[in-house]
Amino acid sequence: MARKLASEDLTPVAGGGLLHRRLFLKAGLVLATAQTATSLRAEEVAATTPRAKPEDPADPSWIHKPGLPFTGYGTPSKYEKHVVRNIGGNRTPQGDGVSWTPLEELEGIVTPSGLHFERHHDGVPDIDPAVHRLVIHGLVQRPLEFTVANLLRYPMRSRFLFIECGGNSNAGWHEEPIQRPAGSFHGLVSCSEWTGVPLSLLLDEAGVDPKASWVIAEGADAGLLNVSLPLSKLMDDAMVGLYQNGERVRPENGYPLRLIVPGWEGITNVKWLRRLHVTDAPAMTRNETAKYTELLPSGKARMFTFVMDAKSLITSPSPGQKMHGANVYEIRGLAWSGRGKISKVEVSADGGKSWAEAELQDPVMSQCFTRFRSPWAWDGKAALLKSRATDETGYVQPERDVLIKERGREGYFHYNAIVCWAVDEDGTISHVYA
Amino acid sequence: MSMLRCVAALMIAVSVASLAVAEEDTRVKGHIDGAHGSAAVEPAASANMRLGTPLTSDDIAKWDRTIFPDGRGLPPGRGSAKEGRVIYEQKCARCHGEHGEGGTSEELVSGPTPPSPDNPSKAIGSYWPYATTIFDFVRRSMPPAAPGSLSADETYAVTAYLLAANAIIPESAEMNAETLAAVRMPNRDGFIWIDVKK
Ligand code: HEC
Repeated sequence: MARKLASEDLTPVAGGGLLHRRLFLKAGLVLATAQTATSLRAEEVAATTPRAKPEDPADPSWIHKPGLPFTGYGTPSKYEKHVVRNIGGNRTPQGDGVSWTPLEELEGIVTPSGLHFERHHDGVPDIDPAVHRLVIHGLVQRPLEFTVANLLRYPMRSRFLFIECGGNSNAGWHEEPIQRPAGSFHGLVSCSEWTGVPLSLLLDEAGVDPKASWVIAEGADAGLLNVSLPLSKLMDDAMVGLYQNGERVRPENGYPLRLIVPGWEGITNVKWLRRLHVTDAPAMTRNETAKYTELLPSGKARMFTFVMDAKSLITSPSPGQKMHGANVYEIRGLAWSGRGKISKVEVSADGGKSWAEAELQDPVMSQCFTRFRSPWAWDGKAALLKSRATDETGYVQPERDVLIKERGREGYFHYNAIVCWAVDEDGTISHVYA
Repeated sequence: MSMLRCVAALMIAVSVASLAVAEEDTRVKGHIDGAHGSAAVEPAASANMRLGTPLTSDDIAKWDRTIFPDGRGLPPGRGSAKEGRVIYEQKCARCHGEHGEGGTSEELVSGPTPPSPDNPSKAIGSYWPYATTIFDFVRRSMPPAAPGSLSADETYAVTAYLLAANAIIPESAEMNAETLAAVRMPNRDGFIWIDVKK
């Protein structure tokens, strides 16, 4: 049973009605949540579709007849069919583009594998694992070839890790705030449990030459995507990912194997990995020169910006959702950092004038999504919601004007500024720069 | 590292024990009705963990497609900008524009001056630090409908065409492994390495 709100529970700890982060745990309150765009749509449909005989929740028809048969591989409920990746503007050719994870529809920290974001340059290759090989050559004592079957026999490790495209959130550089659901703006990031073979085992087996300092990684997609990576990072914590969320990596995520480079931009997590060329210099491939570099106002450009800096985002309430009027709400969101664990997330309801610390939900893991929650007594007046992440290195997510002052607006990649959602008096939510 | 080696050794012990039972045919017959897929239990990596098969230099030659800015990895062959224009018009212009000005896909031509606040172009002439990158990318990725279909000569030619269109080499110049590696791009020094030291 929900306890009645005591007046001291509702004493705000920051402007705009933000309450103490522990309030939920303490009081077990029943909260209002912003209605998702989907539930809004469902209501509309329900209102306009006449039903022969309405189901009685106390005695629905499905408790009186056998259910559906077993299935070899389950799928989401038919009532959740709308929770899909938003496929971004396909150009010519069709296989070049992105699909966004619908972050605003999801909870917890794991992204279902089928909703993991995609960035393909020329489609998803249909790879026969019996034919696929991983080759390690270059500055090594023993150039080697591995079959997938053999890779599956090495000792493995599992880690929960986010993978974020270096171009995620790039609409933030635009002059006008883009109006889209949170996931279709920031959803080129997803989080999975990745299981695979530590790459250091395979590099050791090949016997890396002391002169080596770089590795060129190549995928087996049409176009053989290639990038250069410092050997030290690959020896440190990279792995050859074979499983994602317990099952073999899906085709669109790199089946049969994907290079997993914790905390580093998505492009370095090479899908369909087939070749590692150990060498003493970067190859200066197109994806580390023309792309994934950030032009600064000085005319110089940042290059090899591998680490994804701390970022956070409120997923509820967020654009496309609607508030139910003045009430106590749970603000929900995600934070992550390529440099380690999230140490703090603060939430503001007055556009950043004052901040309240959000509750970080366990587990909090390095280079992984962290779910945060914060109780908010919305008074029904216009409000500006923001979240601000701090990671264990002390790095604090910057305000947009600070980021733009430092980087200009031509960088395109690595946009990680604080995001602001405006809540209107009528309960609608939009994206604003404030 | 030594931790992992220990784990590997342990895993072998475990898997040898189960192997005695599993042996050859480890197909798991489905329970109740219908067989499920095969599930052979493979032994874990051996004590010294050597499951990689050695490659000869002939094998490597078939795999190695890396091209470095200093020209290492460039194949034999040649092509001129004039020859390249014909290939470009046939195979590239549809998406990148008649003269590389961009279409459904990226612009490929810009002036040969580094980017500035007034002209923040990231096209080849103003932004790309190395000419070898054009050869590498076009050879492996373009055209999207048939990546890898251009011969070395055709790739040199179309690279020469793009360099000439960006006013970096004269129309008459021919590109080969030596001349291409010698091209100095206007924005060669335009980059600051961030997460790794030079
Ligand atoms: C069907 C359309 C299409 C055709 C035909 C095509 N391209 Fe492309 N090209 C693309 C797309 C799409 C990209 C971007 C790929 C990506 O995002 O990875 C691209 C990228 C490029 C780039 C890199 C541009 C940059 O700034 O990063 C170059 C260079 C290029 N193409 C050259 C060529 C050449 C040379 C040909 C002809 C042999 C060609 N393309 C034919 C669609 C095409």
